[in-house]
Amino acid sequence: MADGYLEKRGFRAWAFTLDHKRVGVMYLWTTLTFFLVGGLFAELLRLKLMTPGPGFISDKTYNVFFTLHGALMIFLFIIPAIPSALGNFFIPLMIGARDVAFPRLNLASYWIFLAGIAVVLGSLAGPMDTGWTFYTPYSAKTGAAVTTLSFGLFLVGMSSILTGLNFIVTIHTLRAPGMSWTRLPLFIWGMYATSIIQVLATPVIGITFILLAAERLFGIGFFDPAKGGDPILFQHFFWFYSHPVVYVMILPAMGIISEIIPVFARKPIFGYKAIAYSSMAIALAGFLVWGHHMFVSGMSGVAAFIFSLLTFSVAVPTGVKVFNWIATLYRGSITFESPMLYALTFIFLFIIGGLTGPFLGSLGTNVQLHDTYFVVAHFHYTMMGGTVMGWLAGLHYWFPKMTGRMLNERLARRACLVMVAGFNVTFISMFILGYKGMPRRWAEYPVQYQTLHIIATVGSWFLAAGILAIMWNFWRSLTKGEIAPPNPWRGLTLEWTTPSPPPADNFEVLPTVTDWPYSYGRKEGRE
Amino acid sequence: MGGRRTYMLIWAALLLLTAVTLGISFLHLGVGNAVIALSLASVKAALVGLYFMHLRRESALVRAFALAPLLFLALIILGTLSDTLFRK
Repeated sequence: MADGYLEKRGFRAWAFTLDHKRVGVMYLWTTLTFFLVGGLFAELLRLKLMTPGPGFISDKTYNVFFTLHGALMIFLFIIPAIPSALGNFFIPLMIGARDVAFPRLNLASYWIFLAGIAVVLGSLAGPMDTGWTFYTPYSAKTGAAVTTLSFGLFLVGMSSILTGLNFIVTIHTLRAPGMSWTRLPLFIWGMYATSIIQVLATPVIGITFILLAAERLFGIGFFDPAKGGDPILFQHFFWFYSHPVVYVMILPAMGIISEIIPVFARKPIFGYKAIAYSSMAIALAGFLVWGHHMFVSGMSGVAAFIFSLLTFSVAVPTGVKVFNWIATLYRGSITFESPMLYALTFIFLFIIGGLTGPFLGSLGTNVQLHDTYFVVAHFHYTMMGGTVMGWLAGLHYWFPKMTGRMLNERLARRACLVMVAGFNVTFISMFILGYKGMPRRWAEYPVQYQTLHIIATVGSWFLAAGILAIMWNFWRSLTKGEIAPPNPWRGLTLEWTTPSPPPADNFEVLPTVTDWPYSYGRKEGRE
Repeated sequence: MGGRRTYMLIWAALLLLTAVTLGISFLHLGVGNAVIALSLASVKAALVGLYFMHLRRESALVRAFALAPLLFLALIILGTLSDTLFRK
């Protein structure tokens, strides 16, 4: 077997590589590690919540654990997971380029990311208990290492901006001859929209962290009312970044689904332009709705009305995508290989996550459901049921291309089943808990909620078992999997024209594109 | 672009504007202080963008990308004002 880009070994070959594929693989390992660490914290939290009273960890430790679960999962896993890992690996391959536009900047992004992680881990000396949202006034006063952690996240954000910038320039300038905008794979459209959000929104959170640090270190009253500041201003700033960033998490996953569905339905994608433009529409609309996180925080009624109204506008382009995927499936020649199973799981779970959004966006129901487990369940249905399933779909789909090995298909399917069953048991229980009024983030709770908590915890064990089986499959297949052919799924996008794994400079001769990549059914895929 | 001479002139202009900003802060003009300080800061940012970042001679696409964040700045100000102006 040719080793392709993996041929050179040793620390230096990785640490100083300018190959986008290697940078992508390094991001993949890093984010995967924090996915597992964040998951471990989640399991510990669930274990504590089996009993309503004091448990095996103190309430203070519980606060630290849920902050770490949230902060690690959001900033070190789910934001970079698809863009920085799979995006880095596949954007140049899918547009027919030899690398990203700025390979050195790309490597720098990774190292800045690692530096940020080092600072974040350093902040564990004064463990955080603010939740991942760092709301003032508590975050301005607590003795925890808020300044250190937020500096670490500042660096992580900088890495995110540089990656986004790199991708925008790459997509504009390095497309293969004939690769017009309407021939771009939809994953690339998703990544383009994502990159724009990363570049425009991330600086706002960086500035917010600086303001918070200035308040903590120098006593400047940006958020302290006693000094003329406004604590809700922090929430405006925070959510001006953190709402658009949920689309940084979901848009690349949606791009992956748009690639996988036509391959395994053997049908041209339905509504190509609608899907492509809806990515851009979601990116834009995502900037208009941040206030819906603040309906009960004392914001003005006028603002609440405006933000509630605008929130519903996001549902339109999202619905456009879901309907187009379903229309692509209609009368397709569908096969259920593991990438397709994960993609269908995405659609199924994301619809539940999406449709519970309007409950929270409506002012009346929001007051009842705000800060309850309903929000936790909604968030996990969109982010885990959506993004993580899309990420797993992408990993199963591209594993042969990245490693040159096939996964164990039977194990992949069974793991998917166990994980999805566990996921639903866990989080449907949380929808009910939230509806009944169980507040989020509480370490101890009234005894009437215990049964549902126990059900959720048991579900989380199945969820964890499924994830571990998936990880075992990845690990084992790296060395024991069957040798992968160049194009195991008969896909038509350009990455499948390269050997598995691809050589260091991707293409022997840069391809010339004459058609869009979704002519399934009419023209058989390349072997 | 006139090379070093232009850069030095722009630099001098930036220093001058900074001095003016500092001077104004000693006068008590009420809201006027903020208006003048922000206007001067905007002029300075424009000078940096046009000359040091070469936006004056860039293509329309690059200029559009450079100006786009202003739209988002307007958005965050509008959204936040919809809250603070109407609080009871």
